[in-house]
Amino acid sequence: MTTRTGNALAAQPERSLRVEHLVKAYQPGKPVLNDISFEVRGQNSVAIIGPSGTGKSTLIRCVNKLIPPTSGAVFVSGENISRLSGRALRHARRKIGMVFQEFNLVERLTVMENVLCGRLGYVSVWQAWRRTYPQDDIDRAFALLESIGLADFVHQRADSLSGGQRQRVGIARAIMQEPHVLLADEPTSSLDPKTSVEIMEVLVQLSEVHRIPLIINIHDVELARRFTSRIIGLSQGGIVFDGPPAELSNDHLKTIYGGEAWLQ
Amino acid sequence: MTTADHYRWQRFTPRERLARFAVFLGFAVALAASMRTVEVIPEFLYDAPTQVLDLFKRMWPIEYSYYPEGVHHALVETLHIASLGTLLAIVMAIPVGILGASNIVRVPALNWLAKLILVSSRSVNTLVWALLFVAVFGPGALAGTICIAFRSIGFVGKLFAEALEECDPGPIEALTAAGAPWPSVFLKGFWPQAAPAFWGIALFRWDINVRESAVIGLVGAGGIGMVLDTAMNLFHWDRVALVLLSIFSVVIIAELVVTNIRKRII
Repeated sequence: MTTRTGNALAAQPERSLRVEHLVKAYQPGKPVLNDISFEVRGQNSVAIIGPSGTGKSTLIRCVNKLIPPTSGAVFVSGENISRLSGRALRHARRKIGMVFQEFNLVERLTVMENVLCGRLGYVSVWQAWRRTYPQDDIDRAFALLESIGLADFVHQRADSLSGGQRQRVGIARAIMQEPHVLLADEPTSSLDPKTSVEIMEVLVQLSEVHRIPLIINIHDVELARRFTSRIIGLSQGGIVFDGPPAELSNDHLKTIYGGEAWLQ
Repeated sequence: MTTADHYRWQRFTPRERLARFAVFLGFAVALAASMRTVEVIPEFLYDAPTQVLDLFKRMWPIEYSYYPEGVHHALVETLHIASLGTLLAIVMAIPVGILGASNIVRVPALNWLAKLILVSSRSVNTLVWALLFVAVFGPGALAGTICIAFRSIGFVGKLFAEALEECDPGPIEALTAAGAPWPSVFLKGFWPQAAPAFWGIALFRWDINVRESAVIGLVGAGGIGMVLDTAMNLFHWDRVALVLLSIFSVVIIAELVVTNIRKRII
């Protein structure tokens, strides 16, 4: 694990996410998620697959308490965040980057402002209002946009971009948080197949460069196999598969999604 | 199949037809009753065209020379009342609007409080507000300004609250997930989405207020209405015509300005 090499990165504890016995029931007695436990650490990308309505989105939102879990615990880099509230919860959320299916950009703001929105948890309200972000943040935002090929779009409004470009901005915003874990909720579902692959490449590459564990909700099994090193299969609120893509057999897929005609 | 076999179709059931007839009957009765209360005196009605013609004759020629000494100052005062009143209303309507938006403030009691403020502001007519504030501050532009402001809170606040409630929740969720404090979420999530509507509402209200502030002078709340009132009381019909023409021109200009700016921001 941690080696004392004097290197700033190595001196920090490894970035990780641990979910323990997570239960979420919107109605008492009818859990959507039932006793979910898993751990992701280091440069690791994990896909969560499963049919629609099986609680993938709920699981991701329970991690940062956008949806409060019914019971269970979530640890981000060792810190238990399940009991936090108010300012402490906000500070914990800065460590959890999130990428959304519908991008969730502020359409009327420019690309740059959207990316800098990732720093809103760090800067004061006054700074946010006056748009006086620290020079360091601005430098990093420019570098990030350059690295994902959006350098020419810095001053354009978000609503003038294509779907793939918007999702890149969404990813850049999440990376700006310097998160300890990156959650992506169906990041490719609103995109065409070619753009989907490009977005997966950007996600995986950035998470590796910045050493952030990556968790992706995705219903496209082929994309999951191709881009991640571990797959968690979710069905009816429980984990029914957890292992490398090579071990994911048709039998597993049948258990996860039900039926078999689609596997031919 | 025999020819006697037809599909039966009727738009309304007999019960519905009876209900519709009852509504029409209700309207007719109400109309008859109100005619009796109004007591139209036929002689006055036949006389009306002559009276109108007479009025126009007395209004003509319009006394333009009176404008610099008697009308200009009051007209400018009217514009000031409208603008300052709108500005005050905006300042007061923003917090009330936020309080009334159920997707921002999730306390139903506070939503209701905001709705109560907004409804009370709108349910009282401008002239009644004016009478009230003339009693408080005495006659003059101050009473008019406050009156315009209080009357406008309801309008601006309600529409601003609706604009906030129509905001896409996606970006709000994203900023919350980034750990942004609430004021920052409002500044960067809600405000950019609601701002165009907000400025449109404020301009529209200013346009309405230019018209309203021309009237409130009739009860002593300052502005050109007071000049109109005086001219009418002294039977200076040529001056009345001048005042009406001035109000008309200002209203048209305000309308043009507002339409143009709105086109640019939306």
